[in-house]
Amino acid sequence: MSDMNQQMSAKYKNNFLKEIEEQAEMGEWVKMCMQCGVCSGSCPTNFHPGWEHPPQELFMMIRAGKRDEVLDSQSMWMCVSCYNCYVRCPRKVPITHIMHGIAEYAYRIGRAPKNQPTLHLSQTFWNNATKTGRVNEVQLTQSLYFKDGIMDGIKKAMAMQDVALGLVKAGRLNVMEAIGGGHKCKDIKGIHAMLAKAKELENQRKGRAA
Amino acid sequence: MADKHAAYICTGCELGTRLDAAALVKTATKDGKIALVREHAFLCSADGVAMIKNDIDNEAVTHVAICACSRRAKTEAFNFPTVAMSRGNLREGVIWIRPDTDEARETTQEMAEDYVRMACAEVKAMKVPEGNQNTGTSKTLLVVGGGMSGMTAAVEASKAGYKVVLVEKTGALGGMAAKLWKRIPNREPFKAPMDNGVADLVAQIDADANIKVYLNAVVAKTAGAPGRFKADIAVESGAVSTEDVGAIIQASGFTPYDVNKLSHLGGGQANVVDQLGLEALAKAANGGPIKRADGKEVKSVVFVQCAGQRDTSGEHLSYCSGHCCATSVKQAMYFKDANPDVDTVVLYTDLRMPGNNEDFYRAAQNKGVIFSKGVVSGVSTSGDGCKVQFKDLILNEDTSADADLVVLATGMVPTTGPDLDALSEANRVAEGSDEKAAVAKEQVIQMMSTSVLNLDYRQGPDMPQFKHGFNDSHFICFPYETRRTAIYAAGPTRRPMDIAQATEDATGAAMKAIQAMENAGLGKAAHPRAGDLSFPTARLEGCTQCKRCTVECPFGAIDEDEKRFPLFNESRCRRCGTCMGACPVRVISFENYSVNTVGAQIKAVDIPDEFSEKPRVLILACENDAYPALDMAGMNRNEYDPFMRVIPVRCLGSVNTIWITDALNSGFDGVMLMGCKHGDQYQCHFVKGSELGRYRMSKVYDTLKGMNLETERLMDLEVAITDVDTLPKKINEYAAKIQEMGMSPFKGL
Amino acid sequence: MAKKEYAFYPGCSSQKGASASNYLVSVDSMCKTLDIKMTEIPDWNCCGASISYAEAGELPRLAMNARNFALSEQHLPGQDIVATCAACWLGSRESKERLEHNNTLMDDTNKALKEAGLNLKVIPEVRHMVEVLIEDLGYAELASHVKKPLEGMKIAGYVGCQTNRPFGIQGESFENPMYLDKLIESVGAQATKFDQKVTCCGGALAFSEPDKAQAQIKDIIEAAYDSGAEMLVTPCPLCQANTEVYQGQINKKYGTKFQLPVLYYSQLMVLAYGGSAKDAGLNGQVIRARRLEEFAGK
Repeated sequence: MSDMNQQMSAKYKNNFLKEIEEQAEMGEWVKMCMQCGVCSGSCPTNFHPGWEHPPQELFMMIRAGKRDEVLDSQSMWMCVSCYNCYVRCPRKVPITHIMHGIAEYAYRIGRAPKNQPTLHLSQTFWNNATKTGRVNEVQLTQSLYFKDGIMDGIKKAMAMQDVALGLVKAGRLNVMEAIGGGHKCKDIKGIHAMLAKAKELENQRKGRAA
Repeated sequence: MADKHAAYICTGCELGTRLDAAALVKTATKDGKIALVREHAFLCSADGVAMIKNDIDNEAVTHVAICACSRRAKTEAFNFPTVAMSRGNLREGVIWIRPDTDEARETTQEMAEDYVRMACAEVKAMKVPEGNQNTGTSKTLLVVGGGMSGMTAAVEASKAGYKVVLVEKTGALGGMAAKLWKRIPNREPFKAPMDNGVADLVAQIDADANIKVYLNAVVAKTAGAPGRFKADIAVESGAVSTEDVGAIIQASGFTPYDVNKLSHLGGGQANVVDQLGLEALAKAANGGPIKRADGKEVKSVVFVQCAGQRDTSGEHLSYCSGHCCATSVKQAMYFKDANPDVDTVVLYTDLRMPGNNEDFYRAAQNKGVIFSKGVVSGVSTSGDGCKVQFKDLILNEDTSADADLVVLATGMVPTTGPDLDALSEANRVAEGSDEKAAVAKEQVIQMMSTSVLNLDYRQGPDMPQFKHGFNDSHFICFPYETRRTAIYAAGPTRRPMDIAQATEDATGAAMKAIQAMENAGLGKAAHPRAGDLSFPTARLEGCTQCKRCTVECPFGAIDEDEKRFPLFNESRCRRCGTCMGACPVRVISFENYSVNTVGAQIKAVDIPDEFSEKPRVLILACENDAYPALDMAGMNRNEYDPFMRVIPVRCLGSVNTIWITDALNSGFDGVMLMGCKHGDQYQCHFVKGSELGRYRMSKVYDTLKGMNLETERLMDLEVAITDVDTLPKKINEYAAKIQEMGMSPFKGL
Repeated sequence: MAKKEYAFYPGCSSQKGASASNYLVSVDSMCKTLDIKMTEIPDWNCCGASISYAEAGELPRLAMNARNFALSEQHLPGQDIVATCAACWLGSRESKERLEHNNTLMDDTNKALKEAGLNLKVIPEVRHMVEVLIEDLGYAELASHVKKPLEGMKIAGYVGCQTNRPFGIQGESFENPMYLDKLIESVGAQATKFDQKVTCCGGALAFSEPDKAQAQIKDIIEAAYDSGAEMLVTPCPLCQANTEVYQGQINKKYGTKFQLPVLYYSQLMVLAYGGSAKDAGLNGQVIRARRLEEFAGK
């Protein structure tokens, strides 16, 4: 993975803005930010600690070529996809998508922070959903809890026991799903082929070795 | 023809139900001593107007007092140019500012009766203005300066059917705009620099028989007055031609701030240029890659905004020149359009891109121009290029950028000729015979060499300057306006601006100049009293030659004749009456506005005795701002005290101190002066009027002390036209204060 | 024949035994009353939701949504797709927009779809259930079916994010959308002045950043109580789950005593239309809505 990082770094030399424009989803919009800061003031996660750089600042860092600081940052992983910045941006910069795009790119080239919980969630969710074409909520929850090993998983599961129990009682958590029951698409094979193709095409388009 | 006076009492708009009209008729007849008094239920109707017209035509009425609504209302209906006319304001001034209650009825009626008395007294003291006979009828416009503003003014005036003389000091038309590779776009889609437009305008001028162009020429002397200026135009060869012109537009432009004064930003270094310097490089490149003076192709460029502008140290320009942000955006595009790989960084603190420039800014971002919010602390030579040190204000860190070329966005310095105060001081010193005088003489010669208009006015060779050395303008109400009637400033000589604004400015100035020429030809005043036929005259036999009128006239309209008496240039006069207010012996007057017309009104007010508990306060209100504000207070039914008696004045500058002392002597309990804001942010329509008026009033306080009266009996209030709600409150506060002080001891004396 | 017919995209969370199954139950009964016919898109798949962004990348997510479009057009041609879940609706609409505006993405997507034996030419309209109610039926029509108005009930309308932004409901503002309040009022209840109606519940980060998300949820529940509401109502399954199931945890952490029932708009409508507690899926509440249970029993 770090090869990919070096490969990209070499490809774009010192032009990090160009790298983001070509590699990150909607990255071509970064240059259109006019630094008004409405996004920063609109982000709900801004109210709670955990932020290094609000979107406006990330964009400025990209323009200033701060490749390492941006790619290693936790900031874009804090996005809750609420689209508040997106609708308020006077420049109509699709900030939510750019946050996702930068995070995704950092992950692709092996720069995402270690044990980033939201990255783990994203991986788990997508793998879960594409396995059968539909989300298996029990397995999803299990794999989320047990990401740090069995003991940790049991601890977390115990802590969340009342939550889960409440859902089970209300008929909204089907324990049968844990053992391979639950919902699935019929054409799982087709879906898998389709996704493989899509991934291949995307890598081609972005000049990333498969 | 003998004077015959008539008064008309209107009972429309509820005047008839709120007031005792019969009593008002009686007041006009008995107290006003008016021969013909009529009442009408709807005076401004066709029928009412016809009645008045009939009296004028068939009853030989020469003076008309209309007691109805404000003088600012129904001006089209009550338009009788052949007679003298006064207006008693019973509607906005009385019934609309008083409550409709039984208790208020008595004082409201008294108020109305006073206004009837005042209107009758005023009209009797008035004459029908005959108009200025000393007119000139030249309809040719002189435009000084052949840049974008000057050329536009010339073309626009010509399109409107007027002849133009265009004087340009260099060998070609075009000015600064001609030095630009391209200009900031002024039309859709506002995405790319556009042709500078100079060639097109020059071609229009060349083909226009109405426009006579002098190149390599300066205005050596400007004498005369609106409608009859004589301008001596000296060309390089030494030839001088005299042109008769009716009005003048000064479009003398600007020079860029001296980049060498900005050594801390690299000014003077080889690879640091100002914006004009970059234009020269772009012109040389002609659309290809831009090269530095040493021939190296520029691969990275940093634009430093606000270079020596918006400076708070006092060392450089303190103002924003407005165009430079968009200019840098444009210039960054020069690079990007020629080669998208050139690194272009604009360092700014606030990017000011108003209006459609926002689209232009966006287009530049789209082309990859990087905008960084930062303050530059230094530019140094680094290797083959420059290093720009700056504080990044978003990332809050000190950092630097390397560049092959640095462009400094310096400001505009107006070309406005010598500062008149400095010149007058130098002239004063030069009159001596010591060493200082010799130095001052040199200074005078040097200063005069920078004169743009060389006016033959006692007030100096050029127009007075406003803030930062730009040509004076009434910035709120009348752009293009200056303190020299029929001379207008357009373009960056007036205030900093870009080509689009200068074009609009020049068009507006041309229209105002045409209006001024036309009015001058008819013997009428220019704005704000546009169309006024009255003009000041002096009874010279009473004049003490004190020169106050000549010195104080804000427009330089009064010279001195050989015998040192005031010599009025009526065409230059704006009819503000500042001379009349200034005259200590009260020999200056207008036919329809004089010490008498106001004095008679003051005397006409009925002053109840000191036991009546009915004080009287005189309000002298500026007709441009305070009086409309009072009218609007009436329209909004904002009530105020019934003991006020308001007389509109042309300007606080026209208030003669005799009115104040007369009023207080005759038993008024207080006097309120309402005039416009003065000083740097003045709002006076006559620029200096309210300031001079206030200065004079400060002297009256001594008189009050001499009369053993409280100084609070004279109150000076700064009023803006928007003070509609606050003004009645302030009046009432003053009324309360008067009540507290008690009645004036001068009643019934 | 039913008055209106749509291709139904229920989404993963609405399936039987899943976290929003009570939503589906109530939508079914609501549609029956309103004579709306919803035919499930055969073999539909997950939309990917927002959270899959890092692992999925762009094209695979587009392909997933495109597959649903292609199936819908193939089996239910000409019908608008209707989603009940905010994330499904957003994911689909976003995909539709991108595919329609970018030929490269459309071509690549079709190449991928070919692997699943599908082809996409026309993308159907993608709509949220609420849009169908408001735009195709109208508030008056919705109110006309009310048999038992929810009189005297004070309800905070919690719109949340993804039914509101970035697309939102036509004619509504992002900052203060009124449609949910109007829906509440059309069934006879009172919508409270709720100042957190468009605040984010933390979304998927309720899993990965529970502390941050729960702090946001706490603000929302608190504001609902402050507005005088006795329950919260929402159009989004994730909003519903997050604001309901974590109240216990928040109570432990912050010492609060939250016990605020959180419902779907469709549940209110079913009850007002005279449906039973079962029809409305009230048995699916983690925090029981006792007042509504009593109301349904009357």
